[in-house]
Amino acid sequence: MKALAFPVALLAVIGLVVASLATGAGAVPWGRLWSDPAAWDVLLISRWPRTVALVLAGMAVSVSGLILQVLTRNRFVEPATAGTVPAASLGILVIGIAWPAAPVVVKMLVAAGFSIAGLALFLLILRRLSLRSALLIPLVGIMLGAVLGAITTFVAVRYEMLQSLIAWLSGDFSVILRGRYEVLWLVGLLTAMVYLIANRLSIVGLGRDVAITLGLNYRSTMLFALMIVAMVNGVVTVVVGTLPFLGLIVPNLISLMKGDHIRRTIPWVCLLGSGITLLCDIAGRVIRAPYEIPAGALLGVFGAVVFLLVLLREPRHG
Amino acid sequence: MIDVRTLTKTYAGKRVVDDVSFHIPPGGVVSLIGPNGAGKSTLLSMMSRLLTMDSGQVLIDGLDISRTDSPTLARRLAVLRQENHFVSRLTVRDLVSFGRYPHSRGRLGADDLAKVQEALEFLDLADLSDRFLDQLSGGQRQRAYVAMVLCQDTDYLFLDEPLNNLDMRHAVAMMRLIRRIADEFRRTVVLVIHDINFASAYSDRILAMKDGRLVHDGPPDHIMTPGVLEDIFDIPVHVEQVRGQAVGVYYR
Repeated sequence: MKALAFPVALLAVIGLVVASLATGAGAVPWGRLWSDPAAWDVLLISRWPRTVALVLAGMAVSVSGLILQVLTRNRFVEPATAGTVPAASLGILVIGIAWPAAPVVVKMLVAAGFSIAGLALFLLILRRLSLRSALLIPLVGIMLGAVLGAITTFVAVRYEMLQSLIAWLSGDFSVILRGRYEVLWLVGLLTAMVYLIANRLSIVGLGRDVAITLGLNYRSTMLFALMIVAMVNGVVTVVVGTLPFLGLIVPNLISLMKGDHIRRTIPWVCLLGSGITLLCDIAGRVIRAPYEIPAGALLGVFGAVVFLLVLLREPRHG
Repeated sequence: MIDVRTLTKTYAGKRVVDDVSFHIPPGGVVSLIGPNGAGKSTLLSMMSRLLTMDSGQVLIDGLDISRTDSPTLARRLAVLRQENHFVSRLTVRDLVSFGRYPHSRGRLGADDLAKVQEALEFLDLADLSDRFLDQLSGGQRQRAYVAMVLCQDTDYLFLDEPLNNLDMRHAVAMMRLIRRIADEFRRTVVLVIHDINFASAYSDRILAMKDGRLVHDGPPDHIMTPGVLEDIFDIPVHVEQVRGQAVGVYYR
């Protein structure tokens, strides 16, 4: 039974990928794919990029949530409450004002840069904090997010960019076409690199003292992992927008079921992260077809409910 | 062997560890005792390279710990800290196998797995090995931490209050284990301990600290006298010989 669980989950996600390829406003002319090269257009220009983006963004955000929770040794931290996403959003706005026609790569670099700065600021505040209670850390993150968000909104209002900003950040996969999603492969690569340092991350999760006495370079491991988190979230925020709760609920659910031995749980975190993102996006396309609800909005609702259930079920894991 | 030379640490103008020097030859159990705030844990932290020293030197088998790279030290010295609050949900076996990291760098070979199994059995954890740490009692968890440290397979073990969270039965079992680690595996164990009677019953040597200074140093017989104990702890202690053990009585 246990040996079958992973293949079954993998098959389920593959099923969702197929469903995602098949769902949408313009019908894919499946029957003519063999004979007519133009029949591939819908699939290649719109459906495939969108589906790949869903899988990669879903897994990357979930894994970066896992990393943050391990490194801060706190279950309630996620990219959105650790300074990265709000800072990246500010970065996107700044580049949107300064250079509206900037290529995706430039936007990505700017957002990643802001994201790193935001995370650094968050960690700096944590270091100054004398009272490190489990609830205070995410609260600090939420407050930092609120301050950064307020600055972003203020700037957006001044430049009359508020509507564009909301559209950019809504976690909407419908805008993803060929030519816009390719940078997400980089995110996939960064996520794969996390697997290589999984054991070191697990040890860092046991705290500085344990890491040092086991001969691990604590600082460089921490720095490396945090850079990955910041870059991943910068890129995802540019391409897709924010995916609320994903980085919070996925690692927590997997931790409850499978524990925290990261090398073993990363594949599960990736699968569940992609699966939930695919599911929310497909649902968003179906519920009000031919209109769409952004996956980010559905994730917000779905994620909040799941998170509450996790909190109620397992009060010890705080 | 361990050489501690003129070790000093100052916090906010107060010398928490003040010019401490001693030498520990290989093998045996050495206990660090002293009142709260005497500097025992600070001393052990510096000896474990977890805290920088203001001045002085610590040599382990001739290696200056401030200059030797951390992975090399990790194969000679294992450390159990006083506070172990792990948020991670790991199974006992996973936790213990991380103790092999200095040797395996994350890839557990057959030899590593055998050491893990040995440590689990030595601490009577074989039946609990697939349980998550948060499903264990405080005492079982403490044993899992010690198994992890033991599994690191080092000549030197520094244990900061290993009797934390243990009841009478488990405290005795832990001290017997520590004795066996020293006797059977020929390891050198340095531990911080509060219970002078445990220190007396199981140590080869006792180092007593007070106000950051090393004030007494000797075998249990020398330390377990009313004069010395009152000098260390500032309360009168009667010492009785009970069944061949020097026992300090100070409760009333």
